[in-house]
Amino acid sequence: MAKHETPLLDQLETGPWPSFVSDLKQQAEVRAKNEEGVEFQIPQDCVDDLLGVLELSYKHGRTHWKHGGIVGVFGYGGGVIGRYCDQPKMFPGVEHFHTMRVAQPAGKYYTTDYLKKLTKLWDFRGSGVTNMHGATGDIILLGTTTPQLEEVFWTMTHDYNQDLGGSGSNLRTPADCLGQSRCEYACYDSQALCHFLTNEYQDELHRPAFPYKFKFKFDACPNCCVASIARSDMSFIGTWKDDIRIDQDAVNKYVENDTAYPSNAGAHKGRDWGPFDIEKEVVALCPTDCMKFENKKLTIDTPNCTRCMHCINVMPRALKIGKDTGCSILCGAKAPILDGAQMGSLLVPFVEVNADNDYEKITEVIENIWDWWMEEGKNRERLGELIMRQGFQKLLEVTGIEAVPQHVSYPRSNPYIFWKEDEVEGGWDRDVEEYRKHHLR
Amino acid sequence: MSELLDNKEAATKAVVDWMTKKSKTKTKFYFKDFYKVFPDDKPRLIKKVITKMVQDEVLEYWSSGSTTMYGLKGGGIQHSSEGEE
Repeated sequence: MAKHETPLLDQLETGPWPSFVSDLKQQAEVRAKNEEGVEFQIPQDCVDDLLGVLELSYKHGRTHWKHGGIVGVFGYGGGVIGRYCDQPKMFPGVEHFHTMRVAQPAGKYYTTDYLKKLTKLWDFRGSGVTNMHGATGDIILLGTTTPQLEEVFWTMTHDYNQDLGGSGSNLRTPADCLGQSRCEYACYDSQALCHFLTNEYQDELHRPAFPYKFKFKFDACPNCCVASIARSDMSFIGTWKDDIRIDQDAVNKYVENDTAYPSNAGAHKGRDWGPFDIEKEVVALCPTDCMKFENKKLTIDTPNCTRCMHCINVMPRALKIGKDTGCSILCGAKAPILDGAQMGSLLVPFVEVNADNDYEKITEVIENIWDWWMEEGKNRERLGELIMRQGFQKLLEVTGIEAVPQHVSYPRSNPYIFWKEDEVEGGWDRDVEEYRKHHLR
Repeated sequence: MSELLDNKEAATKAVVDWMTKKSKTKTKFYFKDFYKVFPDDKPRLIKKVITKMVQDEVLEYWSSGSTTMYGLKGGGIQHSSEGEE
């Protein structure tokens, strides 16, 4: 029988979707029975108490968790988040219930052996409750006590070759799509770049000194499966410069409704949507009207193509990304704590992604931005807020990037132009004597 | 790097003195607060010295989960304040 009555949580289980409440109840039962004979290092009934405190929060309409703490592992300023319950007498099992963030592998590839080892460790030294890849992207281990933190860290780093992730005013755990490992749309090796930058910026990941959180995310193509454009302070989105490669024969197979060429790679074939119509489903939906299909030939006006991926997604056997590939860098996305939510703004339209020179073109942009943000950013100010406060032009200055049309998001609304001295011929210096020849005091 | 930041003992003393002086009103500080102790130095250089002070257990981190702050080791809220040993 459950330790706490949870009528409000029980309602959540009645919806049509899988419920985390059911998962927690199951875990509470597993811990109570303990058929595997685990020597639990934190209270056996912690998950029961977790359900209890959540029920109480629903009843009261406010949280019963306190915020933060000094918990951590030695030498690291991130990866552990202190969580304390403010009703310890009612729920002693979750009085101290800290979160650990574990760096997820690039592309989120695991072996089952790894997952078994990780969950076994967490059953032993924690609550056994995990959140695989929540908003942060990390593996989240929910609920343990302070003495267990170093023990978990030791086992992970020594036995599992596994590091903690980022939290607090750190570089957060970089996250990527699976990129070239499985996806034909990948314009660069997102896993290689993610892995390189994770290693390159270990100090930024583990020893906090930023004004606030900072996130990198990597999408190998503009489909943006990781949603880096919305979820990261610096977003690396794959793109290309040359023409989309067109196989005209394959285009016509789509037009002829050849069953071996289902539109959208067959993603919508569970229902009859009628015959494929290239005009309606591809040409008319091109956001820049840069496509034509005439006399059984598809043409694309490359200078007007914004590489939205729609045509490629619909006819993947006929259209392929270009060959001259790299990535775009966008900056400043954030959630709506201050000034509302923002998507990333395009800073670098195209940059090579070159592992041979340790991605030097990319690291140069990153470090220039960090130097500016660390110097000028206010406490708890995200990069996107600093860009809003000091202006996109300032971002261009600190990164040494020349303004290009792709940086313009809308026509200017301010009629004044403020020139800088180095932008004006002769600067601000004037020969006063020469001036006085023509202008008396 | 300024002479103050370059001298480990002097830098540590400057940080501890400054934080102690402020300790009546607060015990946790943002990283940017250290810019006032080392006004002539770049943030990344300050970070190296402050990180060393954490490793030497002169300072300790406090984290809300989203933001990290620094405190003198043993000052302000501790594990024991939350009922932990």
